Amino acid sequence: MPALINRDAVLRHRGRFIITTFLAESGTDQYLFSIDHGRVAVSSGPFVSPRWQFALRATPEAWDRFWLPIPPPGSHDLMGMIKFKTLIAEGDLHPFMSNLLWFKDVLAAPRQLATIQDVVR
Amino acid sequence: MTALFDPIIGRYVTLEIGGRTCRIYMEEAGSGVPLICLHTAGSDSRQWRGVLNDSDVTAKHRVIAFDLPRHGKSSPPIGWTLDEPDYALTSEFYIEVVLAVSAALELDRPLVVGCSIGGRVVLQLALKHPEKFGGVIGLQSGAHVNPYYDLEWLNRPDVHGGMVCAGIVSGLVGPGAPEADRWETLWHYMQSGPGVFKGDLHFYKQDGDIRETVSRIDTKECPVFLLSGEYDYSATPDDTKIVAEAIRTDEITIMPGLGHFPMSEDPARFLEYFRPVLERAGQARERPVD
Repeated sequence: MPALINRDAVLRHRGRFIITTFLAESGTDQYLFSIDHGRVAVSSGPFVSPRWQFALRATPEAWDRFWLPIPPPGSHDLMGMIKFKTLIAEGDLHPFMSNLLWFKDVLAAPRQLATIQDVVR
Repeated sequence: MTALFDPIIGRYVTLEIGGRTCRIYMEEAGSGVPLICLHTAGSDSRQWRGVLNDSDVTAKHRVIAFDLPRHGKSSPPIGWTLDEPDYALTSEFYIEVVLAVSAALELDRPLVVGCSIGGRVVLQLALKHPEKFGGVIGLQSGAHVNPYYDLEWLNRPDVHGGMVCAGIVSGLVGPGAPEADRWETLWHYMQSGPGVFKGDLHFYKQDGDIRETVSRIDTKECPVFLLSGEYDYSATPDDTKIVAEAIRTDEITIMPGLGHFPMSEDPARFLEYFRPVLERAGQARERPVD
């Protein structure tokens, strides 16, 4: 996932003002995303006393639905998932909300991968 | 180079609304049965470009789309300053604007189509002023929407208002929308004035709640037609079905693949659903009330 984002020069440019670390949870699996001026690094948990500015928590099934090439209604967007409570966003959401279009594109990046894999198949 | 003119003509009208002087921008195309078009929260009348440019619609309808005060090319009421309390759209003001525009144009029982907050206010028009309208068409109509994020994010100096408004609504565009229309729709949100989207949502999520009264709409007196995009998670198809059940109508169309801005995010697909509904609305308008 970091490679997908970091090789995208436009996405890196759009995120050039973002410096933060957020926690992404898929069930009990934890990932820390460190954003440094739009460049992304990911480390996998479990962590001891992780530090993060905000957290995004969903079940593996919810992320899988979100990453389908054409997700079903309500699973197709982070704000939709928040509306239907399949995604919990908490903590200091300032970086997330002030760069919402960027975070939506970053977290949807695996969808792009799935599409490419489908095309290859 | 070919110059391609739209058949749309724009002009301003100055009206007294809510004790304030408002200079309102409106666009028109076509002739025939008057059809007033109401935009969504935080956007403007450009959302209706596909309908205003559709020769099938304009052959039989005088299509009118206007910008609410503070939206698009309609500035805030004359005399506005930053010292005023934060903008908050109310049902009373919204209804008064629609009635004032209709009266200024001397429209006879126009049809009204509105989306989102427009889809809500058309229900209020059908409820409170049925005799003044030939029928209403609600897109993404719900009786109420609960807040699902903190609205304070929409208007604060340390968050870019245009970008956060577009970010909030970007997922409300259906996944199959043409890219040009998706980004045109989001651009309108990016251009919205400070606090306008948030102020409109006061109507959408608080003031305009009509759960208690929606069932009193008499569709014989003012016919109601409902269309809802499948991918709308703000005013969902289920929300629209609740309205349809409350007013006892089977005039509800669910539009697969479309989202919260059907007329703007994918005008061509929307028009396929809209044209037959508009035809039926025109027929219902001609029918004498029992």
